[in-house]
Amino acid sequence: MLLFIVFCPIVAAILIMAGAPARKTALLASGSTFVMTLLAFALFERWQGGFHHVSSFTISADWRLNFAVGLDGLSLIMVLLAVIVTLAAVWFTGEIDKYENAFYACLLLISGGAIGAFASLDLFFFYAFHELALIPTFLLIGIWGSGNRSAAAWKITIYLALGSFVLLIGLILLYQSVPVASRSFDIRALQAAAVAGQIGPEAQRHIYLLLLIGFGVLVSLFPFHTWAPEAYASAPAPAAMLHAGVLKKFGLYGLLRLAIPLLPDGARHWTGLLMVLLLGNIIYIGLATIGQKRLDWMLGYSSVMHMGYIFLGIASANILGVTGAATLIFAHGLSIALLFGLAGEIRKRTGTLVFDELGGLAKVMPFAGLAFGLGAFAAVGLPGFANFAAEVMVFFGAFQNGWEMERFHIFQIATVLGLWGVVISAVYMLRAYRKVFMGTLPERFRGWNNLVDLRLSLHVPVTLLVGALLWFGFFPQSFVRIVAPAFRTYFSANAQP
Amino acid sequence: MKSALPWYALLLPLVSAGAITLFTHRLKTLSSLISVAAVLGSFLCSCLIFGQKGLSAPELKWIDFGTVFTVPFGFVLDDLSRMMLVLVSGIGALIHIYSLGYMRDDEGKSRYFAALSLFMFAMLGIVLANNFVMLFIFWELVAFTSYVLIGHWFERDAAADAANKAFFTNRIGDFGFMLGILLVWMSTGSVVFADIAPRLSILTSHPAFLTIAALLIFCGAVGKSAQFPLHVWLPDAMEGPTPISALIHAATMVAAGVYMLVRVGFIIQASPSALLVIAWIGTISALLAALIATQQNDIKRILAYSTISQLGYMMIAVGLASNEAAMFHLFTHAFFKALLFLGAGSIIIMLHHEQNIWKMGGLARHLPITFLTFVVGALALIGFPLFSGFFSKDTILALAYDHNMPIFVVALFTAFLTAFYILRLVVVVYFAKPRSDAARASDESPLVMTGPLIVLALLAWLGGYGFFARHFLAIPHEKELLLIVPVLAITAMILGAGLAIALYRNRTSEPIEVDLLRRLFYIDESYRWLIHWTQELLASISAFFDRWIIDASVVRGVSGGTWGIGALLRLIQMGNLQAYAFLFGLGIVALIYFAVFR
Repeated sequence: MLLFIVFCPIVAAILIMAGAPARKTALLASGSTFVMTLLAFALFERWQGGFHHVSSFTISADWRLNFAVGLDGLSLIMVLLAVIVTLAAVWFTGEIDKYENAFYACLLLISGGAIGAFASLDLFFFYAFHELALIPTFLLIGIWGSGNRSAAAWKITIYLALGSFVLLIGLILLYQSVPVASRSFDIRALQAAAVAGQIGPEAQRHIYLLLLIGFGVLVSLFPFHTWAPEAYASAPAPAAMLHAGVLKKFGLYGLLRLAIPLLPDGARHWTGLLMVLLLGNIIYIGLATIGQKRLDWMLGYSSVMHMGYIFLGIASANILGVTGAATLIFAHGLSIALLFGLAGEIRKRTGTLVFDELGGLAKVMPFAGLAFGLGAFAAVGLPGFANFAAEVMVFFGAFQNGWEMERFHIFQIATVLGLWGVVISAVYMLRAYRKVFMGTLPERFRGWNNLVDLRLSLHVPVTLLVGALLWFGFFPQSFVRIVAPAFRTYFSANAQP
Repeated sequence: MKSALPWYALLLPLVSAGAITLFTHRLKTLSSLISVAAVLGSFLCSCLIFGQKGLSAPELKWIDFGTVFTVPFGFVLDDLSRMMLVLVSGIGALIHIYSLGYMRDDEGKSRYFAALSLFMFAMLGIVLANNFVMLFIFWELVAFTSYVLIGHWFERDAAADAANKAFFTNRIGDFGFMLGILLVWMSTGSVVFADIAPRLSILTSHPAFLTIAALLIFCGAVGKSAQFPLHVWLPDAMEGPTPISALIHAATMVAAGVYMLVRVGFIIQASPSALLVIAWIGTISALLAALIATQQNDIKRILAYSTISQLGYMMIAVGLASNEAAMFHLFTHAFFKALLFLGAGSIIIMLHHEQNIWKMGGLARHLPITFLTFVVGALALIGFPLFSGFFSKDTILALAYDHNMPIFVVALFTAFLTAFYILRLVVVVYFAKPRSDAARASDESPLVMTGPLIVLALLAWLGGYGFFARHFLAIPHEKELLLIVPVLAITAMILGAGLAIALYRNRTSEPIEVDLLRRLFYIDESYRWLIHWTQELLASISAFFDRWIIDASVVRGVSGGTWGIGALLRLIQMGNLQAYAFLFGLGIVALIYFAVFR
């Protein structure tokens, strides 16, 4: 079943390049992976902890290099995020003016690469799948992008290539830090080694820093973030949806999967640094987001800002904060995908995303107005959406860290500033909504007959994304129940979800 | 006894909101009927719940990390919440019915009724919540529905801006509220009210900490109940449809702050310093808003400032540690202020959305039912003997007289101002000659609107009598009959009313203009200035810095370094496409090389 989920998009991409009808094949492939993942999700109840659906093929016995995939609670929800956003992104893809087949193939390759990376139990394929997904991202921006697309494509290429390279060095050092006898690419074997204390604290510190910077660049951790707004502004909407919603989360997944369980000493050592950087994301980027004058840039910056909260959850290194971080990865992925998808639809109709040139669109596009409003309020953490439940867990988890009565430490201060960030995010999101959708329609749009609402079929992906956000917002326990067991072994096990 | 009734009461409006949004969006009349049916169902359930003491409801786990962190989704069904249930759903039902008339021809009727249903869901949730996090959830949802309803006519810039202002201001209050929740949770280890109470000694042994936590929780109420210094959103919120002003911005949502403080009164009352701050914030708000109300010309804004002022009275009661007095005034205020707003709405709709009191005049003859019911509301507001406000306001004044003389003096002066501004309103709007064509041509509203007015007028009259109110809440009874307080209060009221009548009889324009009050004490302007020079300035600096400094230096530096590679690639005539593939292929090859062959 998992092999099908991993390879279906990739096979479909190949078929499309070979000449299969692009949209139909892509929809069929993403739809069937979605159904299969839902099935796995529904059957989770019977799992007993550890990894499931494991398939393993030996590539090199000498080097203990296997192709191995499997799912635990964490990777299951990452895959679920990937398949939902893929289906929505493919659905949102409108008419492509050139190389239509290649466009859809690129989308599916991003999806397949991301799913493969999330499901991999092997360090080598974990990295390789992500690289596989990056290439089509650059192509999508470079070929089908808008604005100064080649500059944006080069910038993201150079940035992410360097980030990946730092990451690669970190992963190699990680591999070598384990004694030769137990050296393996297998993440499970590495975890066993870490539990047995075979990774020394000194090594942990070096490796954690490399992983933090490597993954951090991929996730747009301050100050390695400047590629993100420009790339998302240039990218075609489905590419922005997939990258901001799914592929970017690879770095966060990597921290949760590798850094937290394997390098707890390293994580503790660099907490102060990470806190400063993540506050850069929340406060400084938050303010920069308010200062944006275009919707696509604003969304790009907001997505950078929200990474700060996920890092806060990861930094708190307790079951509450980390589960909150995983939930926020999922929730943010869905909401930002929705917003980028809708921003693309607006651009298609108005030809501009500059705030001062827009206004009153809710009148002519009521459904888009409703959908964007829901996405915006989800992004600013309105209760009822999964984002709120996630932020509650992150804030409570972070605040709990190193608590002393009547004395504030770095975690408490960071939580206070992070809470202020919630005010900041409301300011930029609702101002943007007010400028784009409320007020009166600008004079120059009067009589435009292409300013029509979303076509009926687009109600499906919107409903899918909003529905998932609402479901996990109303019933976050259904999420916690699945994700928390994946972390339970790493933290003093006083939580039994 | 276990019962699912609270669940029905809570979820019926949610189902209605969902059904309207998903299915009946195009069928406006059906949408409105669904919404009314849902609120009536909720009201029925609430009455049934009210009739049964000792009821409990099944509980869910919203988030469950065992001992680390658990948020149940459960209800508290004590006397306080059962009374509030009936009050909220009852007034809600009346205003739903009134809205059928007021919003009859509105284009966004479905959206309006969906939001109204969602508001009922959120408000009932606040009333029922048995823990801080659940309370906060519904607290924010109320702010959201308020945003949607204030911005109902979103094409008007003023409405759109007012909606944002309301949400931002509430968020600032909620920032403090959430911090307060975190402090209480960390020290007591629970967010459930019933579990915090027995562990209160942990807090009381750290008085400074307790005071900070209590004041942070109070921040939430300052935002929601529009108290100074976060009161600025409420007058602007009058851009929403008038039934919304009555329901959300007078009777229920803004009262939620007071309700919340009463709900967690056991924490707040443990800190005398916090209580003193609360009482004074209430006093300042009451005075400030009453002063501003005397110089406003928009009928709804006068009532909005009046609401802030009356909420200030409730805060005084909370600050003087009398939950009963606060709830009693909340109870009577809900009736008479909803009545005043709906009366104003009846005028506004009949005068084709005219809100300036100087364009009205002589309406007593044109809208007799509206006039009579409005006068009942006004009498209740100023505390005229034998009307509901008399009893509840008198209780608070007596309380202040007993405990804090300076507050009593200010509150008494505010009572004088209250009589002044509302009589000014009544005289200018209802008497003399009509001053505009719309006023001359006006006519009485339909029954669907006057019906709720009559019901509310009865409640505003009778709501304060012990034989009626005692069924709903504990009426605070004074230790001994303090005759001096009612005498002073009545004197202040007569002076205020008399002065207003003398000044405004037969006037066609404002005889006195006080710039300080017209400009709202410059509070809004100074906030605008402050935001401009802090947040906006920082935002533009950050945006500029990020784009042209960080990006330019870091990225240009990096790309300068890689320029060589790029040039090399171009040199061997590789297109961009191959270059991307090459760069990443390189990564994979390097991985294999380092890991496998070394």
